[in-house]
Amino acid sequence: MAEKNSIKSLLVDPLDDNNPITVQVLGICSALAITVQLKPAIVMALSVMVVTGFSNLIVSLMRNLIPNRIRIIVQLVVVAALVILVDQVLKAYAYDVSKELSVFVGLIITNCIVMGRLEAFALANPPGKSFVDGIGNGLGYGLILILVAFFRELLGSGKLLGIEVLGHKGATLADSTGLYAHGYENNGLMLLSPMALIVVGLIIWAQRARNRKLIEN
Amino acid sequence: MQELASLFVKSIFIENMIFAYFLGMCSYLAVSKTVKTAVGLGVAVVFVLAITVPINYLLDNYLLKPGALAWLGSDYASIDLSFLSFIMFIAVIASMVQLVEMVVEKFAPALYSALGIFLPLIAVNCAILGGSLFMQQKAFTGISQAVTYGFGSGIGWLLAIVAIAAIREKITYSNVPAPLKGLGITFIITGLMALGFMSFMGIKI
Repeated sequence: MAEKNSIKSLLVDPLDDNNPITVQVLGICSALAITVQLKPAIVMALSVMVVTGFSNLIVSLMRNLIPNRIRIIVQLVVVAALVILVDQVLKAYAYDVSKELSVFVGLIITNCIVMGRLEAFALANPPGKSFVDGIGNGLGYGLILILVAFFRELLGSGKLLGIEVLGHKGATLADSTGLYAHGYENNGLMLLSPMALIVVGLIIWAQRARNRKLIEN
Repeated sequence: MQELASLFVKSIFIENMIFAYFLGMCSYLAVSKTVKTAVGLGVAVVFVLAITVPINYLLDNYLLKPGALAWLGSDYASIDLSFLSFIMFIAVIASMVQLVEMVVEKFAPALYSALGIFLPLIAVNCAILGGSLFMQQKAFTGISQAVTYGFGSGIGWLLAIVAIAAIREKITYSNVPAPLKGLGITFIITGLMALGFMSFMGIKI
């Protein structure tokens, strides 16, 4: 147990063995909807990391004061207050991204990772560890988010962070550069929402093939 | 009337909570192992959505929107409380869920124990809060639209979870590659179902 709770494992475990998305199955909702492009995915990953970290810290500080019966409402209020802060900051400093994320910033409140970690960890552990656990889970979530967004943006629109990495697609073959000059086409299907699910499914497949102890029976 | 009917169909099929917006995926994946529990949770979601969306609609229009407080007098007309909407919506949702939980525990104890932890977790089901937030974004003009939208998107969610539960019941007999078993194959099936649902997008109503 001592080994399992060390600061390092709290930070590293959620990246692979105990990943919030592919193993704990938490926080899928927002993970899929905003992964068409890399930029909103990175902003979302950062916002979630801030919220999980600080909500874990605050709830852990209050854990001996909260009566058990009303803990869900108390937790929701803490999380909602943090999300409002994040939302206002995004609106002020990154307005275009905040518009793109639309309701999904608000939906961090109901992101199961936040509640799941509060219930499973912050209510039973001291503040320092809880904070690290929150950050670790935020990182694990962000990792999958960025992976999915990477493939979807690269294959779907041939760009990364809005930069055309595969060359420029002109009106005719002669106008195009890079891969497009050889007749490459973007896969428009990757931009559609169902592909997010399939990409996550494939990531889970790859992860479990490599890490056999995660296989379900 | 016709407008309401088209909103209803649209919220079930074209703007399906699961297949178009991926809302409520957590409980969708976790409670879809058997059809029976899936129906139970689906009905609870329909009920909670159909109640919370209209309540939040009223809150939004008479309390939170810029200028919504005009009914108190012209001094209040310039107040904009919309930054409070997340916290107000979630409070309404959490209390409604508590109510549903008490009703189910009293009248259907078997269902209550089958749903286990997922009943209180409806409070943090993204589909419920998502319903309210989309309602706010769509700027409906009447409460009947809000009721229709809430009810319709609930039905859409129910449809999706029952369908995947039925498929998952059958797929236990198939020979799925070991690393793909369980979660992986469920994701891929959901993706294929979502592709199927996309065909509704071409329909103009």
